[in-house]
Amino acid sequence: MSRILVVAELADGHIRKSTLSAITFAKQVGGPFSVLVLGPGAKTAASEVAAFGAQSVLASDDSAFEHPLAECYGPTVAAVANTGFDVIVVTASSFGKDLAPRVAAKLGAGYAPDISAVKVDGASLSFKRPMYAGNAYGWCKITTPVQVVSVRQSEFAAGEPSGGSSPIENVAAAPLSAAAPRVEFMRLEAAKSERPDLGEARVVVSGGRALKEKFAEVLEPLATLLSAAIGASRAACDAGYAPPELQVGQTGRVVAPQLYVAIGISGAIQHLAGMKGSKVIVAINKDPDAPIFQVADYGLVADLFTAVPELVTELKKS
Amino acid sequence: MKILVPLKRVADPDNANKIKISPNKIDSSGLEPKPNPFDEYAVETALRLTENAATPKQRLGEVIVVTFGPKDTEQTLRAALATGADRAYRVDATDDQLDGDLVARGLKGLVDKEQPDLVLLGKQEVEGDANQVGQLLAEYLGWPQATFAGSIKSEGDKALVVGREVDGGSMVVKVTLPAVVTVDLRIVSPHAVQSMHTKAEHAYQDGVRFAALMAIMAAKKKPLVELKLSDLTSDTSLKIQYTSFEPPAGRKAGVKLKSVAELVQKLRTEAKVIS
Repeated sequence: MSRILVVAELADGHIRKSTLSAITFAKQVGGPFSVLVLGPGAKTAASEVAAFGAQSVLASDDSAFEHPLAECYGPTVAAVANTGFDVIVVTASSFGKDLAPRVAAKLGAGYAPDISAVKVDGASLSFKRPMYAGNAYGWCKITTPVQVVSVRQSEFAAGEPSGGSSPIENVAAAPLSAAAPRVEFMRLEAAKSERPDLGEARVVVSGGRALKEKFAEVLEPLATLLSAAIGASRAACDAGYAPPELQVGQTGRVVAPQLYVAIGISGAIQHLAGMKGSKVIVAINKDPDAPIFQVADYGLVADLFTAVPELVTELKKS
Repeated sequence: MKILVPLKRVADPDNANKIKISPNKIDSSGLEPKPNPFDEYAVETALRLTENAATPKQRLGEVIVVTFGPKDTEQTLRAALATGADRAYRVDATDDQLDGDLVARGLKGLVDKEQPDLVLLGKQEVEGDANQVGQLLAEYLGWPQATFAGSIKSEGDKALVVGREVDGGSMVVKVTLPAVVTVDLRIVSPHAVQSMHTKAEHAYQDGVRFAALMAIMAAKKKPLVELKLSDLTSDTSLKIQYTSFEPPAGRKAGVKLKSVAELVQKLRTEAKVIS
């Protein structure tokens, strides 16, 4: 039976919700798993994942983990993995995508990136992965004894606590790698937002290039009303109407909310790859032939500059 | 600065929905071959780092491109040479002989031979969508990595200050060369790359440069060396094996509604996603 190591992600001293998707993976595979929590505040954050049925929660807040850099985290993740784990899993956030391949290379392990499902057949695991911007799925196996996996957050529902209290153990930081002193964290430039994280929001309101300079002015009242995260098409980000971290798509964030409202988004293949898994899709676009209407449950052919304010007004009526 | 840029030829990503999927293979032969967009951006970035934008025909460093592919992928290399890269390698292999890990091991062999200051590549290849080769290579080399670069500023060609596009915003890191950098979409915007040779206020044209006809002709004479995988790595085994393929679950087009009021009513009573 596989022993699984879940690598947690921290933000501001707390476990990021994305970690719970990796825990869900571990439970689907079955067998004992441990959670590794590295970073500032790890020892207190460890208790946040102690009720998910892990055999142990391993934590270190060593100064090596002050910033989430793969060069600094990789050696310790690999050292812990070498204490008898067969499968190492992390959620495919930018943190996970940066770190997992480095860990795999250090372990000489095969890596299955950004998987959307796992199939267990005795001791053998098969992984389903989206390819070609979500236009195909491949099932693959890793041929090495140790396997490294990153899971797509939108495809592995966040696990619920199952009770109990996993023992929390300290782990030692592995010696620094040769690469670690050659990367220096300078700063994180992030717009502070009260809105939910794009990957975790129940509703996402997304805008395209058609919004121009009115991107925020048009979308924010609707997003606020729906407690939604705001997303954007690549075109809107490239044109500077929305910051790059809002980009939804093959190469941006992949989201699968209960409701996705695409406003002035034509629906390029690369954008669809990032939101096709949403439960309900609404599209508002003045071009009746826009490809977005081919995936939308509800389409409205309309000028967004009048339709969106009207939508806000209509939603306020109850 | 000497820069190595790995390239991959892919099926036209804008028509990826036209691939043919059968249980044992994905057939993209009907689609036009194109360079992986992120790799094209990496070439553009490498050119910007090794020139004074006022005299872009003169290379103030060396840009070497490499691809792993059959003979006809040399077209992709020639196209990169035509835009300004100096020389090229083609490592003879077909896609089914490769996985990301083997490509990274092969690249390590080439880095050991060429000793570049920087390996610059796309953050992901848009067929496999794996996002792994740069990170794997960095670990194999013991080099620092800056993934998902949206901006790069060279500090005297000894270090790069890189704006990494991460989930929450932009993480700015400084990597000491030699290093591996993988590039994101925004790296080809007008001020994203600042080399030590070009005036900081210079605005590049958005996107990648096109080759002039003369340059396309001249590129045919630039050095292109063919290698075997076994020239670069003794272990050519694969760590990932695909067993089957399937199409995505179809999503049917829904209904077009006549009014905002009707939309709100449907969302409330039919879809029940808002209260």
